[in-house]
Amino acid sequence: MSTKQILLSGFGGQGILFAGKMLAYKGMMEDKNVSWLPSYGPEMRGGTASCSVIVSDEAVGSPIVSNPDVLVAMNLPSLDRFEDSVVPGGMIFYDSSLVERPVKRSDVVAYPIPATKLAGENGFSTLANMILVGKILQALGEFDEEKVLNTLNKVIPPKRAEMIEANMKAMKLGAEL
Amino acid sequence: MSEKILMKGNEAIAEAAIAAGCRHYFGYPITPQTEVAAYMAKKMPKIGGTFLQAESEIAAINMVYGVSSTGKRVMTSSSSPGISLKGEGLSYLAGADLPALVVNVQRGGPGLGGIQPSQSDYFQATRGAGHGDFHMIVLAPNSVQEMAQLTVKGFELADTYRMTAMILADGTLGQMMEPISLDFDIAPAPAKPWATTGTKMERPHNIVNSLFLKPEELEKHNFLRYDRYRTIEENEVMYEEYMMEDAEICVAAFGIASRVSKNAINEARKQGIKVGMIRPITLWPFPKAPFMKAAEKVKAILSVELSMGQMIEDVKLACECKVPVTLCNRVGGMIPSPDQVLKAICDLQK
Repeated sequence: MSTKQILLSGFGGQGILFAGKMLAYKGMMEDKNVSWLPSYGPEMRGGTASCSVIVSDEAVGSPIVSNPDVLVAMNLPSLDRFEDSVVPGGMIFYDSSLVERPVKRSDVVAYPIPATKLAGENGFSTLANMILVGKILQALGEFDEEKVLNTLNKVIPPKRAEMIEANMKAMKLGAEL
Repeated sequence: MSEKILMKGNEAIAEAAIAAGCRHYFGYPITPQTEVAAYMAKKMPKIGGTFLQAESEIAAINMVYGVSSTGKRVMTSSSSPGISLKGEGLSYLAGADLPALVVNVQRGGPGLGGIQPSQSDYFQATRGAGHGDFHMIVLAPNSVQEMAQLTVKGFELADTYRMTAMILADGTLGQMMEPISLDFDIAPAPAKPWATTGTKMERPHNIVNSLFLKPEELEKHNFLRYDRYRTIEENEVMYEEYMMEDAEICVAAFGIASRVSKNAINEARKQGIKVGMIRPITLWPFPKAPFMKAAEKVKAILSVELSMGQMIEDVKLACECKVPVTLCNRVGGMIPSPDQVLKAICDLQK
């Protein structure tokens, strides 16, 4: 049995919900059971937005992730708030260009990714989230280029198809780190 | 089967309503159900339907009354404080025996409360949506797929029994996305010879009305309505049993609470605790028989709710308190964790 509980968190506007959607969609297209639950409180309007994603071989029970296997922190308040909740042996991916401290826990695997900086340098400044998604999939051993592209084709609506290429580039960049 | 797509619970309700032939939606925005209205606003104009953002929740429910009188499938949706405002209209719909689908994506209360998920409108939905003797059929989905399926079912039940069917969901179910198949089995709507469609001078006038000034007449209407309710109680109860075959402890939970409980039950089973769950899908009519049956063999029932303990009253009535019934809850927008439910199960095991 395999269940991955993923918690993504960051400022509103960083693409947290979309990154979660990408992970959920990819799971669904591989016939896994998935759920995606956004925070919809006042934090959406200026503070920290978060999103719970579960990808599992089993039916998903509660869609709320309180102890993630994978934490994605795109800003410092997110890491401060959720670092302790990660299960021992879990993974923490964080945007090291925005989070100015290392992960304190020694019983988790930390992946500092300067995602915002890399996104800016590579001409897709709004896609730091997708660099992280690429890295996560690669670290989980699930970065299959064809499957990732298939998923993107589903997640990105046809009227925004011109965004697919840049998203793919960002994810590949993340996966190659 | 059609391809699965990821969809929010609120959107699934809207899509299913359209599939069920609903072409009239009236509503007023309120978190956490606004996506229902947003989806309708986008879709209805493209399919010749009517989306109207009313000036208030009260206006919206009365627009529902109007359209329903003409025999068309119609709905409104809101969240807890907005449903309270609709109370008068719900009573009038009942009094006039009009079918309608009403969605409540609950948030914490009372008052304006908060915007996080809750199940604290259970009493309102199952007992006191408005004044007078009446019921609504209350359907409690626990997944995005069920949000859609029960919406279709709700329209069918509403038409069959000429009454309001309510989808009683919560903020989590409304906001979450899950894979969903949009392959619906839609039965054609029944004939509505009572509808006010214009006589064309070919038939007597139909009158839709909830005012009966002669008490003998009003009593007769109420008796007839309750005869119909008895038929519903006999035929339309829906529930799901999970691991009840050998259960010594029974969890009672609906909606999002049932999903949290499932995690806890799976964990408890790993620890060798024989626990199962009865999940009411219809809250009215309440699945009394399975609880009565469970009370013959389990040693306790645990009602897991996002309220101060509302469904627990129906559980106690259903099993006639033959076994202890205890409550495990969080309120005000908080959700019990699987660990909290697990601990409550373990406490009962002792």
